[in-house]
Amino acid sequence: MEIGIVVFPGSNCDADTYHAIREVLGRAAQYVWHEERTLRGLDAVILPGGFSYGDYLRAGAIAATSPAVRALRPYVAQGGIVLGICNGFQVLLEAGLLPGAMQPNAGGRFRCEFVHLRTERSDTPFTCGLAPGQVLRIPIAHAEGRYYADPGTRVLLAAHRQIVFRYCDAQGAVTPDANPNGAMDAIAGLASPSGAVLGLMPHPERASEDVLGSADGRLIFESLARWIYSGRRLPAQSVEAH
Amino acid sequence: MATLDPPAAVAERAASGLRPSEYAEIRRRLGREPTRAEIGMFGVMWSEHCAYKHSRAALRRLPTRGRGLLRGPGEHAGAVAVGDGWAAVFKMESHNHPSAVAPFHGAATGVGGIIRDILAMGARPIALLDSLRFGPPDDPRIARLVDGVVSGIAAYGNSIGVPTVGGELACAPCYRDNPLVNVACLGLVREERIATARASGPGNAVVYLGARTGRDGMHGAAFASAELGSDPQDRSAVQMGDPFTGKLLVEATLEALATGAVVALQDMGAAGLTCALAEMAARGGVGMDIDLRLVPRREAGMTPEEVLLSESQERMLLVVRAGREDDVLRIARRWGLAAAVIGRVTADPRLVVRDADRTVAALDPRALTEAPEYAPPAVPPAYLREARRADLGALPPVAPEEALLALLASPAIASKRWVFRQYDHMVQTNTVVPPGADAAVLRLKDAPPRGLALTVDGNGRYCYLDPYVGGMLAVLEAAQNLACVGARALAVTDCLNFASPERPDVYWTFQQAVDGIARACEALEVPVVGGNVSFYNEAGQGIYPTPVVAMLGHLDDVRRHAASGWTREGDLIVLLGAGGAALDGSEYLAELHGVVAGRLCEPDLLASARAVQSVREAVSRGLLASAHDCAEGGLAVAVAECCIAGGCGATVSLRAGSTAPPEAAGRGGPAERLFGEGIGRFVVSLRPDAVPPLLALARRLSIPAQVIGTTGGERLVVGVDGAAGRPWIDLPVASLRSAWEAGGLRGRAAAGGARDDAVG
Repeated sequence: MEIGIVVFPGSNCDADTYHAIREVLGRAAQYVWHEERTLRGLDAVILPGGFSYGDYLRAGAIAATSPAVRALRPYVAQGGIVLGICNGFQVLLEAGLLPGAMQPNAGGRFRCEFVHLRTERSDTPFTCGLAPGQVLRIPIAHAEGRYYADPGTRVLLAAHRQIVFRYCDAQGAVTPDANPNGAMDAIAGLASPSGAVLGLMPHPERASEDVLGSADGRLIFESLARWIYSGRRLPAQSVEAH
Repeated sequence: MATLDPPAAVAERAASGLRPSEYAEIRRRLGREPTRAEIGMFGVMWSEHCAYKHSRAALRRLPTRGRGLLRGPGEHAGAVAVGDGWAAVFKMESHNHPSAVAPFHGAATGVGGIIRDILAMGARPIALLDSLRFGPPDDPRIARLVDGVVSGIAAYGNSIGVPTVGGELACAPCYRDNPLVNVACLGLVREERIATARASGPGNAVVYLGARTGRDGMHGAAFASAELGSDPQDRSAVQMGDPFTGKLLVEATLEALATGAVVALQDMGAAGLTCALAEMAARGGVGMDIDLRLVPRREAGMTPEEVLLSESQERMLLVVRAGREDDVLRIARRWGLAAAVIGRVTADPRLVVRDADRTVAALDPRALTEAPEYAPPAVPPAYLREARRADLGALPPVAPEEALLALLASPAIASKRWVFRQYDHMVQTNTVVPPGADAAVLRLKDAPPRGLALTVDGNGRYCYLDPYVGGMLAVLEAAQNLACVGARALAVTDCLNFASPERPDVYWTFQQAVDGIARACEALEVPVVGGNVSFYNEAGQGIYPTPVVAMLGHLDDVRRHAASGWTREGDLIVLLGAGGAALDGSEYLAELHGVVAGRLCEPDLLASARAVQSVREAVSRGLLASAHDCAEGGLAVAVAECCIAGGCGATVSLRAGSTAPPEAAGRGGPAERLFGEGIGRFVVSLRPDAVPPLLALARRLSIPAQVIGTTGGERLVVGVDGAAGRPWIDLPVASLRSAWEAGGLRGRAAAGGARDDAVG
């Protein structure tokens, strides 16, 4: 089993993600430089958080055109699975691998804090170890995390059960106060219809050890490891966002 | 050899900021008139900012030796051993003047600059802290200033991926036009791989790495060495930061160091290329032969002087082994950075700077680095006699509950969550105790279960009233904060912010503060491994003497740390330590009565050191459920903070004392007992069965300890033993919390654009 972590020049959560997979989970991981043109042989690919190319223009906009991100499309078409965390989620949106867009947070500020997430779907490679409705405590750290999709897309998101995590309070209630950035429908995590591609604003790698205040994020990586280990495959699919 | 440029014109001499006596000294050292480039180089190198002309003599009093010390003052940053072969590198620097003129970019480049200082030691930067001072929150301009500074720190730190894990913020009118922005950075490196800034090896290449050179930040060092005026050109002295390039530079530099091809390196910060060339050559006792045409540039038509003095950000200068140049250049290309061999190290200790066929400078680099030293006159300020007289009996009465709520809302005490949640304080996944605690705690991933703790502390008001005692208190407060999280103090770095040293009364406060810091560090046996002096902090009026101390501590087991909050019902609350508490110079006087006055008590340093030891031992032995020290706002604010942090109430009863009414501010009265400030007092909570071992520990160290209450309920009740009637304080924790959360600069700073184009 080998998980690839794509490294853009301005990635800054690449080492944290690597640490979570290698040292905490005890699974194999390798860095993939953003200029790599193929992702063949990898059991999963993670786009880590950070500021891929400085992101002065729009988060993830330049990274979406990099060779490694272009290689994601054929990789997914052949059954590969992809997790984009924070900036990685922004890159997946910019690259058209997930529908919708990110806007600056309501309030206009960078926000770094623990939030609660409610699991909306537990049949994806990243949530197969979670129970439906399970509440996770995991931090966010972003300035552009207010998810938006046009009304037509919004209907499809519901129809295809693409919302995987919603911001909620400690009891699991989705309330306006529990939504840290004003995201539409409190969306914190969004998947492709099959679940092969997941974009996640919160940082599970920051909550994978008790000493850091929460180990809930580990459940997402453990799900991924379990999925890969079990050899489950998703049906070959179209990688169009819709 | 090409001919040397002709001497500088008289006008250029005048523009250099050099004194006539300094110009005469330069002529004497060179044995001729300096060229135009040379005069510019001397101008920046002999600026106060680069040369510490007025501070060097006083700084020699600071203790610089200690256990585990690997690198002391003189390098870019101090380094101490933290176990298992790892070294912690840390330093603090000011970026006050740039932040006054352009808050966003000034603060951002302050972060970038200190990160490169740590990088220059070969260390990976792992944490940032900042200490900020602003004018009073009711001034509408202050909100925009705060917003710009906080946004600038966030923009740079968040993007470059170094967490901002702590800091402090306070307000006073003296900082209205001259805010203080001090940033500390901590890095980690293997002991055997600590890098040097000592150039060596004739024939080795001098390699430029990083962003291209432009005309920004010209004369920044000189700008930082004069009082702030209304000169519109000041804006051009502020550099623009680019954290993305900063990130590339960190990675490329660490990769280059790992090849073993790099002999020495230094960042190009204040005084730019000039400073890096001169200091690296001077330290190594070698020379360099440099061709400015080879320096990567961003704009055409730059003069040699502009290239030499530019303070463009995100640049490093490396000395690379002859023959290994390509190893470094290849790494630079991979990271998309400009890089070039711009010259060679020479055995002859002469710095020769060429521009095509001209030689624009040719001199011994030590002539530039060994600036004159001044010992200006020092006279106690005239205000002291009046300010130290405080007639507390004459103050109008204030009900204790009203006073407590007002203090919780004061900028120094109120919640800073709205600030630090704009900072990524978790990236690198080492943050065990996040901002808002007594000290930040980080785990050491590569040396488990060890941890490090870091705090920044300083109180300008104390130093205004007594700079000697204030200097001591800054050090003791830092040590107390480390003790509260269970860390043993390892080393200190400081940032000394003062007005003009050319004023005898200011210079006296500087000497006194340095002496106070030195005495306290000696008593705690903690070395001062580096620091920064920022003079000329005045715009109209001078600031309070404001030394800020950053202290680094070590935890053998990071899991054995404590937090300040009460989270469990039925624990006993113990007051450890019995230092006196007085209203002199207190937050209470300043916030509630608008009075900055009083006579500070000189602390008993040995007793303070023992109190610190008792708390640290109690935390690391796992005796305590919580630990917090009594600082601004005294005992009442300390217990209120414990309630707020843990969400649990408490009943506290103090020994019967004076019979004065609770509203009075007189000596020995309730206000003094509740809100009086004094070093060496801690509020800790613990299970009843842990009390006997704690008391035994306190007895062994001769530290008074007294059970003063019990945790539980949803109210904070503070009264006197056996007293009838209403207690002094009886408030719901929810009310304490809302005063604390709504107070300070919050809300006021939330509006408005953050970028400098929106400011002023």
